[in-house]
Amino acid sequence: MSRIQKTFQKARDEGRARFVAYICAGDPDYETSLEVARALIESGTEVLELGVPFSDPLADGLTNQLAADRALKAGMTQEMVFQLVRDIRKFSEIPIVFYTYYNLVYFHGVENYVKRAKEAGVDGLLTLDLPPEEADDLLQACTKHDLETVFIIAPTTPAERIRRIAGVTTGFLYYVSREGVTGERADLAADLEERIAGIRAETDVPLVVGFGVSRPEHVAAINAYADGVVVGSALVNCIKRNLDQRDEILPELRAKMKDLCSGFDLKK
Amino acid sequence: MNLETIPDKHSLPDAGGHFGPYGGCYVPETLMTCLKELEEAYTKAKKDPEFNQELQRELKEYAGRPTGLYYARNMSEQLGGARIYLKREDLLHTGAHKINNVLGQVLLAKRLGKQRIIAETGAGQHGVATATVCAKFGLDCVIYMGAVDMERQSLNVFRMRLCGAEVIGVETGQKTLKDAVNEAMRDWVSSSRNTHYILGSALGAHPFPMIVRDMHRVIGAEIREQMQALAGRNPDEIVACVGGGSNAIGAFWEFLDHPEVRLVGVEAGGEGIEPGRHAARFEGGKMGVFQGCRTYILQNFDGQIDPTHSVSAGLDYAAIGPEHAFYRDQGRIDYAYATDSDALEGFKMLCRTEGILPALESSHAIAYALKRAPQMRKDQILVINLSGRGDKDVQQVQRVLDKMGETPA
Repeated sequence: MSRIQKTFQKARDEGRARFVAYICAGDPDYETSLEVARALIESGTEVLELGVPFSDPLADGLTNQLAADRALKAGMTQEMVFQLVRDIRKFSEIPIVFYTYYNLVYFHGVENYVKRAKEAGVDGLLTLDLPPEEADDLLQACTKHDLETVFIIAPTTPAERIRRIAGVTTGFLYYVSREGVTGERADLAADLEERIAGIRAETDVPLVVGFGVSRPEHVAAINAYADGVVVGSALVNCIKRNLDQRDEILPELRAKMKDLCSGFDLKK
Repeated sequence: MNLETIPDKHSLPDAGGHFGPYGGCYVPETLMTCLKELEEAYTKAKKDPEFNQELQRELKEYAGRPTGLYYARNMSEQLGGARIYLKREDLLHTGAHKINNVLGQVLLAKRLGKQRIIAETGAGQHGVATATVCAKFGLDCVIYMGAVDMERQSLNVFRMRLCGAEVIGVETGQKTLKDAVNEAMRDWVSSSRNTHYILGSALGAHPFPMIVRDMHRVIGAEIREQMQALAGRNPDEIVACVGGGSNAIGAFWEFLDHPEVRLVGVEAGGEGIEPGRHAARFEGGKMGVFQGCRTYILQNFDGQIDPTHSVSAGLDYAAIGPEHAFYRDQGRIDYAYATDSDALEGFKMLCRTEGILPALESSHAIAYALKRAPQMRKDQILVINLSGRGDKDVQQVQRVLDKMGETPA
């Protein structure tokens, strides 16, 4: 069983969703980013989504745009993102998934990119702007090099399309709980339970839920229905708030993780 | 060019929106359903006589079609070569070809039952056209515009606001057209249930390159008919500027299967072909995937999108429409570039010889004609698609000429 499969098997065995943390690789710089990853993993992260910084992240809200901007300004390159994964692998075996845009994959040659990602220790690839209709090259390369695929399901995705997307997903499905871009929000979508039931009716592939998750109550709510809960902007903002006092980044992240993970013990 | 290799232009794009290896539909999942819905609505509308009649009527009565095909006698004689004709898209309501597409897409949005319209704009021409048509049809309108472009096209910002549109300045990235597209896409990801995004060029995800092209095909169809009436034949060459490439593909499409007509697209050479200093995708770009489609893109060593530069905000964009990339590979359309200073020469020339103020975008096509016409015979005909008028650029041109010490006395 792959790292991803084992992780979500455990989620189902234990009846508790896994904590999926998103950060942008290289935000605010390589060294800090590595320490951020370490802190997140030490404080309860069970799947790491590493954003590969892109100049034009059109599916991302301002928080993640600025994070990508900081990483690129600090000189982050694709090669350094692979290196970051190799460095994380020195101390952790949790699943690592790239969260990226297709031009970054395409530019390096799809198969070459997939191969290098796998060699670096990446488990899965989520390409935000690549629907299954255009994904033949990537799917082939992922099969060949044993890298798992992650696809998004949106509130607007109809049932027959959910089946199609699930059919090409070898890692897990990512349900974006809101129409919109990434970012912290006060409330989760009201129809979340119903939507997730709708997806569950179509597929048994592991399902994580994200977009807007920023409070323990959100974690608790998603824990009740999904295999994983994704937190991104709420963590990235801990970095952003402390750019002028970088010593504060890790303590604030640890505190935020503790707060968020307390959601697992809350009754829905 | 081998004619046998040229596919039937009517067969493109394919069902997935591809022009050979280009085009396609590369968007976040949230948008897939509404893009499919748009494609279905368009396919139906295209065959609906009522839709077509309404569009024809609006193009004629509101936008001012057909536009003239004007013989630029003074300019032709001064250059001493081909007879130059100007396709006067600059005389359309709102001052550029953009309104052809906006009228069509607003009628589509009405059929889709969408009350809110969003659009991006670079030079502001597409934004002005969108704001104007939304005012006419009573639709809510939000225009995204890069903060840098708002500064250099402030008159157009004011015009949009006069028509009741909300203009939102985009402060991220390079603060120009591509960043406005990103922001409009972000809006649409959240709002697609009640909002239609009127993309302004033959760019982005399927079905946009097809719809926008079809809405502008009227330009080439009129050129053909008018040229037949004037000269009893097709022109020898047609030139148009290419940002995303909507005015160019609109002017060219009718002639794609008339190989005797040479078709030339002119990109923005900016300050010269150095990374970050131009927007000539076929000169410095590589194949990639950007803002919805696969095409030629200006990008750096690592696949990050490169900054661009052009004196004209409307050409200042890192990607070219996918259909252009396809016909370039086929050898059917040729591409050239004009620098900022070439374009200014074109701008000044048309003002002085014909008393016509061209948009800085269209001035790139004029710049090409200044070099090309003298190489052609006097019995040959060169058509310039004058895609927009230059009123919006007067302040910008004044600033640039002042800097060069060339202000007219």
